[in-house]
Amino acid sequence: MPMKNNILLLSSPHLHTVESVRKIMWAVGLSLLPAGIAGVYLFGMSAFWILTAGIISALVTEAAIQGLTRKKISLCDGSAFLTGLLLAYNLPPDIPLWLPVLGSFFAIAIGKQIFGGLGQNIFNPALIGRVFLMASWPKYMTTFTKPLAYDAITQATPLALLKEHKLIEHISYLDLFLGKRGGCIGEVCIAALLAGALFLLVKGYISWHIPFSYILTVGLLTYVFGPNGIAGGDWLFHILSGGLILGAFFMATDYVTSPLTHKGQLIFGIGCGLITAVIRLWGGYPEGVSYAILIMNAATPIIDRYTKNRIYGT
Amino acid sequence: MKRLIKECVKGITKENPTFGLILGLCPTLAVSTSVINAVGMGLAATFVLICSNTIISALRHVIPDRIRLPAYIVVVATFVTICEMLMKAYAPALNAALGIFVPLIVVNCIILARAEAFASKNPVLPSFFDGLGMGIGFTLALALIALVRELLGAGSVAGFTLAVHAEPITMMILSPGALLTLGILIALSNMIKSAFAARKTKP
Repeated sequence: MPMKNNILLLSSPHLHTVESVRKIMWAVGLSLLPAGIAGVYLFGMSAFWILTAGIISALVTEAAIQGLTRKKISLCDGSAFLTGLLLAYNLPPDIPLWLPVLGSFFAIAIGKQIFGGLGQNIFNPALIGRVFLMASWPKYMTTFTKPLAYDAITQATPLALLKEHKLIEHISYLDLFLGKRGGCIGEVCIAALLAGALFLLVKGYISWHIPFSYILTVGLLTYVFGPNGIAGGDWLFHILSGGLILGAFFMATDYVTSPLTHKGQLIFGIGCGLITAVIRLWGGYPEGVSYAILIMNAATPIIDRYTKNRIYGT
Repeated sequence: MKRLIKECVKGITKENPTFGLILGLCPTLAVSTSVINAVGMGLAATFVLICSNTIISALRHVIPDRIRLPAYIVVVATFVTICEMLMKAYAPALNAALGIFVPLIVVNCIILARAEAFASKNPVLPSFFDGLGMGIGFTLALALIALVRELLGAGSVAGFTLAVHAEPITMMILSPGALLTLGILIALSNMIKSAFAARKTKP
C-alpha cells in the first residue's frame, strides 16, 4: 500500500482530553486528604504511622513485582499510592504496623498485579486487602479505639453496638457527621469525606450515579426495614455510620471495577446498597460495605454486557 | 519395562492430575488444610486408583460398552468401601478428619477419568502403573498445597508447631486460601513446563 510518510494512521479515539490516569489518580488522592487529616487528628499519631506503612508497602510491592516481571515501573501514576492509602483508611486506628504492610502487599500482589496490573483487575485492590486482613486477623480488625482519647481506650463502632442491641442514645448525628465515634481511620469524618467527594464531583472525575444510588438504597432499605416493624428505621444513622460514605464515593466509583455506562452504574449502586443493607440488618457482620462492593465488582462484567449503549446510527 | 516406568512417571510430572489435568479439585480444595489430612486422602485415593484401574483393565473385554460407566462405578465403590472400613478400623482420627470426603472418592473424577481414558483401553500391567503414578502425583500435589496452607495458615508443618513467633494467616486454611494456593501453584507449574518446552525446542 503506497503511503506518504507524513500521514499518521491511528485508530480511534482521535480526540483526547488533557486528563490522564496520573492526573486523576493524584486528584483522588488529594480529595482524600481532608479525611486523612481528620483521622490523624481524631486518633493520634498511630493512625498516621498506619497510613504511612500502608502506602510505602503498596509502592514497594508494586515496584518489586513490576521489576520482577520486567514491566515498566509505574509508581508515578499514583494508583499504588491510592490503593495503599484507601486500604489504610479502612483499618482500625490502633493496630500493629505489620497489618497495613501485609494488607497492602496482598492488595497489590493478589488484588492487582496477578491480573496484569492497573486496568486488568476484577476487584477493588484496596478492598481485597481489607477483606484479606479481616479474614485472617479478625481480632485486630474489630478492635476500635475511642476518638480524641490518646491513651487508646477501646470502643466499639456504632454499627457494632447496634448489632449487639447495645446502642446507647447519646451518639448524636453531629458527632457522627464530624467523626467523633469509633471506626476506621478514614471513614469516621463524614464532613471531610463529603468535601473531598464534592471536589471530585465538581471536577467531573466521578459521576453521581454510583454514590447516590448506593446511599439512597441503603437509606431507603434501613428506613423501611427498621427495628420496630415496617418504616421508621433510623436511616440517617445508617448513612452516617460505618464506611458507607467512604465506600460509595471513593471505592465503588473505581473506574476499573465499576460499570461503564450510567445505566449500569445505577444498577451497580443499587446492588451495592441492597447487599450492604442486607448485611447490616440481617447479616452476621455489623458492616457490609466492603463485601457489597466486592460482590458487585464481580457482577460488573455482566452489568456491562447488558447495558451496552446503542451504537449511534443503528 | 521402560514403558511401565513412563506410564508411572507421567502421572507425577506432565499429566499430574492436580496441576496438569486439573482433575479432582473438590477433595484437593477441601482436605488440604493440613499435611496429614492431605497425605491420608492421597493414599486412600491411590489405593482405590490402583485397585480399580487393575480390575477394570482386567474386565475390559467383559464389560459391555453401553453400561461401562455404571460398571466402573460399582468397581470403584467396592474399593472405596474397603478403604473406608480399613480407615475406620485402623485410623479413626484420620477418618473423622476427612469425613464425607472418604466416601466421595467414589465420584472423584481422577479415578473415573483414568478408568475411562486408560484402564479400559490398556492391559493390566500398564494400567496398574498408570494408577500408581496418578496416585503418587495426586498425593504429592495435595501434600504440597497442604504444606503451603498449613505453614502459612496455622504456623505448623504436619502437626508440629513451628517455634517462630508470628500470628498465622488464618485465611490460608479457609477456603479462599485453598483456591489462592492452588491457583498460584498451577501458575508456577505452567511456568516450569513452558521453561522445559522452551529448552527442548532450542537446538
